[in-house]
Amino acid sequence: MSLLIISEPEKRLIPSSGMRGPVPLLIAIMTFVMVVVAAAGLALANSAMVVKSGVEHRYSIQIADGATKAPAAIAAARGAPGVTRVEQVPPADLRRTLERWLGPAAVDADLPLPAIIDVDLASGADPAAIGQAIERAVPGAQFIAHRSSLAPLLQALRGLTLLALGLVMLIAAASAAAIVLAARGALDNHRATIEVMHGIGATDRQVAQLFVRQIAIDALLGGLAGAAAAGLVIALILGRASTATILSGAPPLGWGDAFLLGLLPIVVALLATLVAWGALLRALRERL
Amino acid sequence: MDKGKGTVLAGTIVEFDRVGLRYGTGAEVLRDLDFRLSEGGFYFLTGPSGAGKTSLLKLLYLAQRPTRGRMSIFGDELADAAREALPAYRRRIGVVFQDFRLIRHLSAFDNVALPLRIAGHGEEQVEGPVREMLAWVGLADRASARPPTLSGGEQQRVAIARAVIARPEIIIADEPTGNVDAAMAERILHLLTAMNRLGTTVIVATHDLSLIAATPGAQLIRLENGLLVDPTGALKHPPRAHA
Repeated sequence: MSLLIISEPEKRLIPSSGMRGPVPLLIAIMTFVMVVVAAAGLALANSAMVVKSGVEHRYSIQIADGATKAPAAIAAARGAPGVTRVEQVPPADLRRTLERWLGPAAVDADLPLPAIIDVDLASGADPAAIGQAIERAVPGAQFIAHRSSLAPLLQALRGLTLLALGLVMLIAAASAAAIVLAARGALDNHRATIEVMHGIGATDRQVAQLFVRQIAIDALLGGLAGAAAAGLVIALILGRASTATILSGAPPLGWGDAFLLGLLPIVVALLATLVAWGALLRALRERL
Repeated sequence: MDKGKGTVLAGTIVEFDRVGLRYGTGAEVLRDLDFRLSEGGFYFLTGPSGAGKTSLLKLLYLAQRPTRGRMSIFGDELADAAREALPAYRRRIGVVFQDFRLIRHLSAFDNVALPLRIAGHGEEQVEGPVREMLAWVGLADRASARPPTLSGGEQQRVAIARAVIARPEIIIADEPTGNVDAAMAERILHLLTAMNRLGTTVIVATHDLSLIAATPGAQLIRLENGLLVDPTGALKHPPRAHA
């Protein structure tokens, strides 16, 4: 932090760009994209977590032509240890599901419907033993874990979350590269002043300190502006029904996520400051 | 930093031993420079244009390293010194550049104060000496003026004030009277002589023969085609320091 503190006379050595340089705009754009992508990643991660926790202990008993066999399966399930809830899906709900595929006629048609019974297990219950008990009571009944049917969706959500994380890292790397160029540009713009300072006995650290402070201020202000714009966009999107909400039944971003996103411009400013410090010292070492 | 350590003779502030300098892959611009300068001496460096005067000055104020030979300043071998070590030596050398090299956006006061601030002096240690120095060079009323608003002579005096404000042990001036009239040249010479009387070693590169003639006791170093000529014997028999 001490490298950001310089005296008034030192500030006069390198006149402030007053937010007119490229750094604030660049960092604002980068931070905007970073916050939006990070928010999407967090929303996907949250959705995956909600979906996963919702189906973690949920199973279904499926019995083909099950209208007559369902009571026996329900009884077997209720009698098994570790079962917390057993509830048959009403046939009307099944018909409504069929209607989506077969049209309105499916509701009244005399189609053979399977029996589907939702079963919730307590933590630590033995699904294999419960499945066997149901199979013994109703031969041919299938005991299916919901998570296996939702595995492709969860995998896709996890993949997208990792993709978002990768994009955030990529944007951070691009920002760092831009800061290096900006730092070197600033040195070139003030070459005459630097030569005089070196000639008088200034150390590289003294010279770099003059520039890094300005870059840190520009990065922080640009980052805050970018994050504010991103926050506005995210708020507008969340104001409407989002896919994640429909999918998980929960808000896609919580206060903890908002806090993390709010930290991003500060992290960006810190990153910019450290990268600029390193780039300035490296560039100055190329001179005598 | 101990003064006088190393193998140099007592009272020697600069010693060059078979020093050569070339830029890139070009021919050597300085060849086999072999000389000693005494503490407290006053030296004029002369020679035709292109003889290597500016290159020699760059070596002396540590803006350039020799490509061969040994170069000792303040008793320390600096030809191969670590880059990080050089700022401390540069602070002991004041330089007046031919083109002044003032920082255009800083006031005369801030330009003169720069060496003190770089050396880490607090503002309470800067204000008084800088005002005094500006008064000494006749610019007390121009402290807040920026270089573009100063005449050539005024800029020259600001550059001199900046070079001497930190009381360096060596002052190097490249054509310090090149941009001023005769009266101002005399005044500048007076400033340099006064610093020399206080014990500062002064090295002035100049074409101005009247300046040399007006400085009794000064020694002459002449460069021709990158080689040293020693018309006054200053280098073989370094002059004694002023009392």
